[in-house]
This record gives sequence, structure tokens and C-alpha cells, in this order.
Amino acid sequence: MKDIVIIGSGVTGSAVARELSCYRAKIVVLERGNDVSVGTTKANSGIVHAGFDAVPGTKKAKYNVAGNAMFDELSKELDFPFRRNGSMVLCFDENERSGLEELYERGVANGVTGLSLISGEEARRMEPYVSEKTVAALYAKTGGIVSPYEMAIAYAENAAVNGAEFLFGHTVESIERTEKGFRVTCANGAAFETKAIVNCAGVHADDVNNMICPEKIEITPRKGDYMLLDKACGYLCNSTLFQLPTKMGKGVLVTPTTHGNILIGPTSTDREGKEDVNTTVEELAQAFEKALITMPTLSKRNIITQFSGLRAHNPGGDFIVGESSVKGFYNAAGIESPGLTAAPAIAVDLATQVASALALEKKDDFNPVRKGIPQFSHLSDEERQKLIDQDPLYGKVVCRCETVTEGEIVNSIRRPLGAKDLDGIKRRTRAGMGRCQAGFCTPRLMEILARELGCDLAEVTKCGGRSQIVTGRTK
Amino acid sequence: MMTERNLVIIGGGPAGLAAAKAAYDCGERDILILERENELGGILNQCIHNGFGLHTFKEELTGPEYAQRYIDEVIKRNIEYKLASTVLNVSRDKIVTYVNAKDGVGVVKAKAVILACGCRERPRGAINIAGMRGAGVFSAGTAQRLVNIEGYLPGKEVVILGSGDIGLIMARRMTFEGAKVKAVIELMPYSSGLNRNIVQCLNDFNIPLKFSHTVVEIKGKDRVEGVVVAAVDEKLRPIMQTAELIPCDTLLLSVGLLPENELAKGAGVSLSPVTGGAVVDENMMTDVDGVFQCGNVLHVHDLVDFVSAESENAGRCAAEYINGKVCAAQKIPVKTVNGVRYCVPQYLCADGVYEPISLKMRVAGVYKKVELTVRADGVKIYGKKRPVVAPGEMENIALNAEQVKALKQAKEIVISLEGGEARA
Amino acid sequence: MKEMICINCPLGCRLTVDDADRQNIIVTGNTCPRGKAYAIDEITAPKRMVTASVKVEGGSLPMVSVKTARAIPKELIFDSLELLKQVTLTAPLHIGDVAVENILGCGVDFVVTKEIRRTCDKE
Repeated sequence: MKDIVIIGSGVTGSAVARELSCYRAKIVVLERGNDVSVGTTKANSGIVHAGFDAVPGTKKAKYNVAGNAMFDELSKELDFPFRRNGSMVLCFDENERSGLEELYERGVANGVTGLSLISGEEARRMEPYVSEKTVAALYAKTGGIVSPYEMAIAYAENAAVNGAEFLFGHTVESIERTEKGFRVTCANGAAFETKAIVNCAGVHADDVNNMICPEKIEITPRKGDYMLLDKACGYLCNSTLFQLPTKMGKGVLVTPTTHGNILIGPTSTDREGKEDVNTTVEELAQAFEKALITMPTLSKRNIITQFSGLRAHNPGGDFIVGESSVKGFYNAAGIESPGLTAAPAIAVDLATQVASALALEKKDDFNPVRKGIPQFSHLSDEERQKLIDQDPLYGKVVCRCETVTEGEIVNSIRRPLGAKDLDGIKRRTRAGMGRCQAGFCTPRLMEILARELGCDLAEVTKCGGRSQIVTGRTK
Repeated sequence: MMTERNLVIIGGGPAGLAAAKAAYDCGERDILILERENELGGILNQCIHNGFGLHTFKEELTGPEYAQRYIDEVIKRNIEYKLASTVLNVSRDKIVTYVNAKDGVGVVKAKAVILACGCRERPRGAINIAGMRGAGVFSAGTAQRLVNIEGYLPGKEVVILGSGDIGLIMARRMTFEGAKVKAVIELMPYSSGLNRNIVQCLNDFNIPLKFSHTVVEIKGKDRVEGVVVAAVDEKLRPIMQTAELIPCDTLLLSVGLLPENELAKGAGVSLSPVTGGAVVDENMMTDVDGVFQCGNVLHVHDLVDFVSAESENAGRCAAEYINGKVCAAQKIPVKTVNGVRYCVPQYLCADGVYEPISLKMRVAGVYKKVELTVRADGVKIYGKKRPVVAPGEMENIALNAEQVKALKQAKEIVISLEGGEARA
Repeated sequence: MKEMICINCPLGCRLTVDDADRQNIIVTGNTCPRGKAYAIDEITAPKRMVTASVKVEGGSLPMVSVKTARAIPKELIFDSLELLKQVTLTAPLHIGDVAVENILGCGVDFVVTKEIRRTCDKE
């Protein structure tokens, strides 16, 4: 008998698992993918929103502002990349100026601090590469950027170290009410008796909710295409640059990432399929054209990769957070933007609710601190030398574009909830994420994975499932 | 702890090896080669096909054999090299920081540095192909390494985008290992690969080569299941009505090489936006005093033989520089106009040393019946009539001391395509 | 009259071959004598160099590259490759070592084209 089953290990599920892992409870996280952070969390803008966007009084507004305030401490405690770089909403049309004021008012109503309306010149002084056509901007000092998958991984690792069990390849198929709570059955046959369930299933949260709740919900997968630019373009902006939504549409953002690349996107199209994450020619072109409005000097030459992700959109508009009408069944559904920012606050809130309902006691030995993988490229030469003295594998550079060493890669595989495939290594270490996009390091990464996992090179996958890199030996 | 060396060569591939040998033969004895891989030879180790060395050795060798010739020369001369050693930084004052498992972080102060770190392949992202991102998309070089060095087959049904030499060679190589190569797709109306490779790698095995086509979408979630191929118009935009799905499990990309110049940038070296490599003079010296470049990090070559020749020149000049012989005097720019896309070197030193030199260049398109000329202040110093020139083939102009003298006394040097059919 | 591209070297000369008289084939467009020889071979008995790789035991690398010491009849390409699947060589290996002797009786050997050291830890 489990105390809590958490469905989904994106940033929300992982955060909930971590916040619950400070209690004495049997927690299991069921994840359909083969790693944490493989759905919406792995492909989004990575923005920590200030909180001026959400309508006052909504859950989005509440959790956004509360979540934002948690990031400084949290990113230190869990050791994930976060930077409060500030954000700007740019206005390119005198007639639209009132839109900025509206956002400002909204922000104030939501309790956002550090907001200011600035002139076009002021905006360009702060961000020299934004368009000459910028007439005014809303600047939000508290805006930030985070590496979303590294944040989720950090949460999950910390939860695992504190006793939460993570099971991958477990797709929940049915939920039944039992005398003491629920029985959760997975497609692979595994079944779990539990007292409580927290639904953090992202774009599948409606399916999970509708298995047990009389109040049906609907989640629309909303796709967004992105482009990532080479680090060499990192100088182009420091703040996150939004466009003021106009009659012409929502616009795209141009933002630095925590690792120094520039990210452009997302587009926005509702999709039928919940697996439908292919980029399209039209949307990529659209994203780039819109980004040119913000920054006319952007060049396609510097694009190193494209990707797309699905947002879990609730047509009702707001997050669905809290206990449902079924006692013991909790939802964190419709967690679209500003969901990443909100996740820490949602998690604390849900954990508190679940703990009080189940009368859970706090552990004495909860360890809130998680130490990430040492990042060779960020260290001083003295620190590097020390690391190599401890483990010579840190002296072998495997990914030359991002300067990732074998030590880091081995660490990423061996640590709790370690990497099992190339994408898992990439999300944890950045190996393969640079300008050659794994051209040089793929064979080396395969070798290291095969060695560490004790399998043949032919069994190594890109992202689990049937994504083997090679088909077999030539001879 | 900082050690001091006269010459540090970054890269132990064909460029670095040739530079080391030449510098040694010029009298320099204090040389260190830093190589990131576990063996010398660079990318030649995975180029197991033949066709190397006709210029240098007057015989046809495979890549590993060609590399071994130079490795033997380096070993014979007892030139020091460190393997599995990645250079992290080169400073403007030629302090080289590298890392390996044995030395940890090593710091070497050099009198001269030769950057010979080669190039990398353009990845999928750089050419903006839409679609899914499962396994099965490889750059041709990655596939080449998997097949030739590791002994694994990247896929069984293959489409290759790009008809550069690596793409063509891999079409044959994959065929040899039992894969079915369904098509080679080329964006341009011509191939940048060698004609001999179209014959012996595609025609011999009836592999279709589609010119003026491109891959517009990749299908398949976990693994590639097919690619959508479409014809392109004269502005290279896909014509979607012509789109056609080719089922396959693998897409190899041979869509161009980019000099790998992060170290050069760090050292403050000026780069050419055309070649992606450094701007150099005829001594292969960059605009940072004592920092030299050669091989594919300078500009992408067609033939390793030319890499060796260029690098031997860089090695000699670096050795002379250490001896105080090469000085960065006034420089005369070499301008390229009228269909000539670039020339290496971009500058000549106006210092009165009139030695034979060679100018290497590429043209911007396919031009017929033209004359490739070099003019000094308008006076034709050199002319070579060519029935056809194409971007895929590097043009090499060898100038004798007399011609060099004429150039070096000029204010302006212009390389151009003259006559022939109209060009953009 | 046949048009062909010489594959002997990267020049890739465009050859025109008049083979009306098989005893006296006339080749034009070649820049060297090897072009003429290639054209005549291509008409009468086409040959190709074959390069591939072979499994190695106890070596610093799992595979070693090989080539046919000379061009072999074109029709033997795939059979010769089939032959290589049966071969496992033992390190150390040196350039020129014979990997397969007298391929399918055609009088040409497959020879090793790369130096392979022995690794003790693989024993």
C-alpha cells in the first residue's frame, strides 16, 4: 500500500514528489517515458515569469508570483541553472501603448514588484539590438530564465534521494476507487494500491482525471516551435524580450538561455495528437519572421537546432490545482505558461494539502540539498585540476563544443535517476547540445553509455523506446 | 605550472603533422603537438577509402595510410605529441591551456602557435529541416566513424542529403555494408563532390542522384521512418507540390563543413566571413602575431594533399618566425571580384621576400570558358584559361618568384574571372 | 562512341572512347596514360579498388581498414566483401599485412591499411 501515487515526472510531478518526500510516506512516481522531464518540461521557453501576464485573482496569477519568489533559494538548494535576467515587453506601435499600461496594472494587482514602464530609447539602451521601432516597453526586474529540464531533474533526484520511488515506462491505464483509496493500473500490468493520487500528467492530465473524476476536463495540446541560436550570438540580448500581444497575434520571444544560447519562439497551434511534436516549415519560418520584429539583425546562419513542445492548455483558461471532487485525488492540470514558474509554489501547496489530509509527519532526516554534476566548462583551472586529481575522467573532453568531460557523463549516468540514453545525457550535461549537435561526440557517448550500462553499442538509444542509434554490427 | 615551448601545434591531423615535420626540417626542435583524439591522424583515420596522396606521394593511398606516412615522419624526428589532450584556450599572447587525464590542466607559453584543428560538419539544425527528432539522422562523418572505426551500421535504408565527397563516399560505404541507399539528394543543380566519386560511388551501384532537390521534412517518432523530398526553384525554395515521401530509417547529411575556429576567436584572430577561417598572409600567419593557421580550420580543402602542402608552408614560416625571420610588415590586400568568392591568403606581406607562393581560391558558381587572372594594379601577372570552373573545386594558382615580386610591389592585387558567360 | 569519367584520380577527366574497333580502342580527353588504360579496362574488363574494414581481436580498435592491393574485377566487389565477413584478424597489425590472400582466385590480396596496436587489457 502506497501513501501517494504521483502520475507524471515533469517539473510539476517531480516538484510535488520532492515536496512530499520530506514527509514519512510511501511515494511512487509513475512516468510513461523512460526518464524524467521528457514531455512539456523538456521543450519550452524556460522563462521564470514575473507575473504581470496572468489575470488577477486566477490560480495562474497566484502561483506565478509565489513561484517566482522561490527561485533564488531553490536554485541554490537544488543546484540548477537559474538567472534573474529581467524581462521586457516591447511595444512597436504608438497606438498599442495602452496595452503595456494594462500589463503594468495587472502586474501591480498581482503583487509583482520591480515593474517599470520605459521609453523606446531606454529599452534600446538596455538592449542595444532590439528594433529601432520599439516605442516603449514594460520592464520587469524579477523576470528570470531557468533550464527547465535541469530543474525537473534536480527536483526528481532530490525526491529520489529522500525516498520517493520513480518508475519509468509506467503508463497509467485505469484508476479505481477502493475501500482505502485507489488502485492504479498501468499498461504494463503493474498495479498500485494508494491512499492518494496527484495527477501531474501534463498533456495527458485530462485522460488521468477522467478515469476517476465525474467532473471531466479537457486538455488541448498546443504546439510551439522553437529555434536555438549558437552561443556566439549570446551577446544579442540579456533580458527576455517579449512582444506586446496585438490584434495581429501573440508574438514570439527572444531570450538568452541559462547556458548562453539565444532562443526564439514559440509559435502556437492547437494539435490533435498528444505526441505531435514535429516542427513544420511554416511554423519555423513564422517564428523567425516574428523574432525579426524584435531583433531585425537576427541571422538564420546561427541557428543550431529547432525543436517543438506541447503546452497542456486548459480551454477553461486557468490552472486546475487541488483536490478534486473525489476525495484523495488531486490535480495539477492545465499547467501551461506560467507553469514552469508556478511549479515550485503549486508543489508546496499540493504537498501541504496531501500531507494534512493523510496526517503525514515530517521526516527528521529529510535532506533538501542536491548537488548537481560539476560543470567542467564553468570551473576555474584550479578547480578543474582538483577535479581531475580526484577522477582523471574529468580530464577527458568528450563534447568539444560544450567542453563536457567523460567525468561529467559518467556522473550523469551513475547518479540517482541517472541518464539511460543520449538525450538523457544531453539534458544532464549538455553533451551534444552545442554547435555540432553531437556530430563528433555521438560515437563516444554511445561507447560510454554501453560500458556503464553493461550493454552492447547497438542497444544504446537516443531517447528510449525504439530509438536505437545503430542497427547492429557490420560484421 | 606554466611550461615554455617554442612551437605548439594544435591538432595532430594531416595539417598539424605536416606543419610539425616542416617546422622541424626548418631547424625548429622544440615542438609540441596537442591532439584531442586517442591517436594521431585526425579525420583521415576514418577515411578508409583510397584517393589520397597522388600529389604528395605520387601514389594512391587510403586515408589511414596517408596519415601514417606523416605520423612516421613525426615519430622519426622525435617530435613530442600529447594525445587525448583538448586545448581549452589560446590567449593573444600565445598561452595555450589544455587538459588531459594525465597532466590535468596544462599551461604552455609558446613563441608561436599553429592552429590546425580542422573543421566540423554542418548539422541538421543549420539547414532547418522540419519534422521529428528521433534517432537515425547523422552527419555523414559521424556515420563514417560508426561504420569504419566502431564497426556498427547506422541504418539499413538510407537517404543522403548533399552530394559532397563525404556523402558520396558514404553512399558506397553503406552499400558495401549491406544497406540500401535509396537516393542522394542535392540542393544545387550540380555536385560539389568529385566526378570520380559520382561514378564509382553512385553510378556503379545505380544510386539515383537528384539535383535541385532537398529534404523538407523528417518523419518518424523514435526513429526516422521516412523523409519528404521536394524539388527546389531557382531561388532554392522547395516546391511543395513536388513533395514525395521516401521511406527510410536513416538520413545522412553531407551539407558542408565549417572551420572550427572557437580557439582562434578566443585568441583574438580576425576571421573571414567567407571561409570561416582566419584571415592570413602568405606565411599562413593570422593578424595575431605568431599565431598561424593551416588546413581545414583555415578553409575547407578538397584534397588532403593540398592541406599537407599548405601546412608545411605554415610549419616552415612558424619556424622562421621563431627565429625572427618572418615579420608582420605592411600587408597588401588580395581582392577577389567577378565570381571569385575568396582567396587564401587574403594578404601578401610587402616585405621584399619574393619566393614562389600559391594562391588558393573558390569561385561562386559554375562558369564556362573563363580566364582566372591575377592583376597587380591592373596589370595581368597571371592568367589561366579554364573550360569550366565550379565552387566544388578549389583553384590553385602557383606563382613564381618573378610574379610574386610584381604583386608585392603593387598597391592592389585583384583576382577575377574574365571573359566567358555572364555571371551574377 | 562512349563518354566516361576517369576515376583514377581526383582530376576526373572526361574521356571520349571510340570502341568501334575493340582491338584498337581510341581514347581522347585523358591527361595521362592511366586515363587511356582506364578507358580500355572499362570497356573490356572494368575494375575497381575495394576498401572496407575487418574485425580485429586484441587490438587498440575493434576494426581495421583494408583495401584490395590492386583494382579487382568489378563483378567481384560484393563477393569479395562477403569474404571479409568471415575474417577476424589478430593485433598487432601493420600496413600491408595480408588480410585475405588471392581474393576469389583473382590474384589480388586484401591488405591492411592501418597500424593497430595490441591492447593487453582486452585479452
